[in-house]
Amino acid sequence: MGAKTSRAAQGAKNTDGGIGRMDNIVLHVDDVFKSFGGLHALSDIDLQVAEGKTHAIIGPNGAGKSTLLNVCVGRLKPDSGAVVFNGSILSGRPPHEINQLGVARVFQTPEIFPDLSVLDNVVIPALAKRDGAFAIDAWKAMYSEGELKDKAATALEDVGLQEHMGQEGGSLSRGDKRRLELAMGLVQDPLLLLLDEPTAGMSRLDTNRTIELLQKFKARGMTKVIIEHDMHVVFSLADKVTVLAQGRIIAEGTPDEVRGNPAVQEAYLGGVHE
Amino acid sequence: MDRSSARNDLLLMVVFTAAVLTMPIWLTPIGAGYPDLLQKFAIFGIFAIGFNILFGLTGYLSFGHAVFLGVGSYTTVWAFKLLSMNILPAVVLSMLLAGVFALAIGYVSLRRTGIYFSILTLAFAQMAYNLAYSVLTPITNGETGLRVLRDDPRVLDHMFGIEVGESLPTPELFGLRTIGYEGFYICAVFLIIAFFVAMKITRSPFGLALRAIKSNQIRMNYTGFNTRPYTLAAFVISGMYAGLAGALMAVTDPLAGAERMQWTASGEVVLMTILGGAGTLIGPILGAGIIKYAENIFSAFNEQSLHHTFSFLPEPLQNAAVSISTMFVGEGWHLTLGIIFMLIVIFLPGGVMEGFRRITRWARKPPAPRRAQKIQTAG
Amino acid sequence: MDSIVLQFLNGLDKGGAYALIALGLTLVFGTLGVVNFAHGALFMLGAFCAVAMQQLLTLSVQVKDESVTFFDAFKEVPYLEIWLGDFGTSIIAWSVPISILLAIPAMLLIGWVMERGLIRFFYKRSHADQILVTFGLAIVLQEIIRIWFGANPIPVSAPPPVAGSADIGAWLGLGAGVVYPWWRLIYFVFSAIILAVVFGMLQFTTYGMVVRAGMRDRETVGLLGINIQKRFTAVFGLAAVVAGLAGVMYTPIVPPNYTIGMDFLVLSFVVVVVGGMGSLGGAVLAGFLLGILQSFASMNEIKSIFPGIDQIIIYLVAVVVLLVRPRGLLGRAGVMES
Repeated sequence: MGAKTSRAAQGAKNTDGGIGRMDNIVLHVDDVFKSFGGLHALSDIDLQVAEGKTHAIIGPNGAGKSTLLNVCVGRLKPDSGAVVFNGSILSGRPPHEINQLGVARVFQTPEIFPDLSVLDNVVIPALAKRDGAFAIDAWKAMYSEGELKDKAATALEDVGLQEHMGQEGGSLSRGDKRRLELAMGLVQDPLLLLLDEPTAGMSRLDTNRTIELLQKFKARGMTKVIIEHDMHVVFSLADKVTVLAQGRIIAEGTPDEVRGNPAVQEAYLGGVHE
Repeated sequence: MDRSSARNDLLLMVVFTAAVLTMPIWLTPIGAGYPDLLQKFAIFGIFAIGFNILFGLTGYLSFGHAVFLGVGSYTTVWAFKLLSMNILPAVVLSMLLAGVFALAIGYVSLRRTGIYFSILTLAFAQMAYNLAYSVLTPITNGETGLRVLRDDPRVLDHMFGIEVGESLPTPELFGLRTIGYEGFYICAVFLIIAFFVAMKITRSPFGLALRAIKSNQIRMNYTGFNTRPYTLAAFVISGMYAGLAGALMAVTDPLAGAERMQWTASGEVVLMTILGGAGTLIGPILGAGIIKYAENIFSAFNEQSLHHTFSFLPEPLQNAAVSISTMFVGEGWHLTLGIIFMLIVIFLPGGVMEGFRRITRWARKPPAPRRAQKIQTAG
Repeated sequence: MDSIVLQFLNGLDKGGAYALIALGLTLVFGTLGVVNFAHGALFMLGAFCAVAMQQLLTLSVQVKDESVTFFDAFKEVPYLEIWLGDFGTSIIAWSVPISILLAIPAMLLIGWVMERGLIRFFYKRSHADQILVTFGLAIVLQEIIRIWFGANPIPVSAPPPVAGSADIGAWLGLGAGVVYPWWRLIYFVFSAIILAVVFGMLQFTTYGMVVRAGMRDRETVGLLGINIQKRFTAVFGLAAVVAGLAGVMYTPIVPPNYTIGMDFLVLSFVVVVVGGMGSLGGAVLAGFLLGILQSFASMNEIKSIFPGIDQIIIYLVAVVVLLVRPRGLLGRAGVMES
């Protein structure tokens, strides 16, 4: 409920001030620390993601990107600091509540429903979006849910899986599973989409298709946080780039600014040895 | 597509109803057309349908569902004793109380998944069984079992002026008796309703959510579903089904004993569901039917009837055949059951329904599956 | 005071049985990743090794009873007595310890056949499938025993020197009236020895090291190029022998019948869970703790406060442990905690 009203409010702001109110902060990572044992996985992370923007987080292996993402979706609790999304603190909330606030996540290793049909895989998140975290509508029949299925089918068309709709999710190839994941995130039309290396392991062709697809959704005003290795993807999509190394932010700016930053080059060159 | 799905469901419902109601006719040729056995088919069918909602749809393997069966039976007999010999209040109360028990046990057990869940349900079942035999004897009447007596209060019956005759009162439904074919038809109506509800649940968004939980519960949480209430709802629904089955057992034979709650009884419903095909609509009922039918056939054999069966063989062979097969019949029926069960789990985890599917696929287009497999491994 | 000591002792022998069964259960789970519902049946088979040995040793022939002079009376005399005289008689009397010699190879064989013939096909299948197939196997095994030995409990006697009771009252200065059956003391000592042997093997042999490493982290050990499953077939045999010996020695305490395995299985699972799935020390600790707890719960003083508590105490503890500390008493964090 809360998610819907705040979304409406956001939408209103968007229409009235496209130019003047550029930086409406949607996600605010505030001074987050997280350590495992003695290892500081994240120190002093401050991050602001503006509405409608694509914010990329890059960094060498072990820089803490996945930890940061996991803190954002409530899978890990930060030692100190907080993650605030549209005025609600995300830290410590169960995953389903965070999703219901309008944050969807696309996993790095495809997490799908292998026993369900590809279409049902996408119907499920659409259902969560429509009916909330829990609803016993045992008296409605799924086959009368035309609208829901149309929505799911559209999302599947967007990612190019329309021909596999009847197949079992588990029987898809790995690349197709990743696209299915993407459709599962997109169908919820989330306020914020978190993507964990959406093109890792994809062919050049598939990568370009994914970039195109994400650009299409960017045009619709969806805010995205994207963790990525592939610089080609980052520079094609991102409005703003944050560079992490050893759990700290070492640089932040537009793709071009970051590209020229000597500290970043240092970190990446150092990263080669790892 | 949508309309044809609705039509298929209607067709399934009509065929199922017709098949259940004509069971006394089409089961007679195989010797299963008599009321006692037919009642068992219906009652265990209900038990298995309900169990399937938890195990087949949601993926939680409970080893304690016999508790709800027992609760249903005890409640029914108590309703006969205190309220009325009419079965309606008894059945309603049984389902409600089984639901309450399921809510409590499920609330605790569902905090864990996998084998921990199985062991928690097993622990609760053992507790209930042990208590029924010891401290709860005033309620359960211990080893003797709870039965209806002539001078029980039966408040409602007294209010409506129904008096007890010389003999023990028997359960009834507005004058219908609950034994013989009348008893079967009462159970059959409950079975048809139970099947209808299960079908509705399976086809609903709620049912889809349950299947998704079975497939990947963690992903469900990240997709925005609070899975705990879903699993609890599935647990309570299946508990109420078990309560109904337990109630009908006491309706057709007004006696309730604690052995109904033993964990082997919980194991039996697992067997039925697997044998028929977990997760399918018809499978669990088929499984229940097959096991109860086979139990009936196998248990009835004794050495004499075996000699009769094998009388076409020469004497030494006949004796050998008899001595081997006695191990599997009569009291040895459980051995047969165990072997069948192992074979199913090993070779046909999808149960009889999976077998049907394989046969029809094979019959329709023999070369196709092999090619499809090749493509799959190539991709 | 007396009764407290007695209850404590009572708990020790039961706890020993729980610990031995749970040890094998958790060993198999930890190394092979298999949830074995047929483990109780192994205990039962061990018990029936003792029964079979007793029946074998007392195979008898009918001879004329000379003491009856009025008519021709016959009595059964075991062959052993005829062949060996008094020595034969004492062999028969010591049938339970002797049957250990039968049980070790028999249980090894049974364990090997079970693992090679069935369990290994289930390493990759879900825990639910493992539970189901071993549950089926347990039914089959116990039915075979029922066909062979009948449904009634078969009494097996302890050797005469230790068949009576020990005067522990005198040892502990509790007064003369306090006695305790010898065999139960022996059972406790026996289980302690077996546990020590198993732990010694795991601690001090190379193979034991691999097994412990495998329990800690199956994946890494697999990556080291050690074929876990092939290597650990022997673990299944070991678990079978331990469960079998627990069964052999238990026969003088409770006459075995074919369902004894199932009865112990459910309790042993609870013990494993309380101790921590995959934790060897946890299984032993929880086995003894629960055994002792159970025997204290059956004291009349306690039962009068909480009626029926003796019937449910173990399960109650299991429920509480699973909810409050799902990893169990000594389980490592993250092992099957969800």
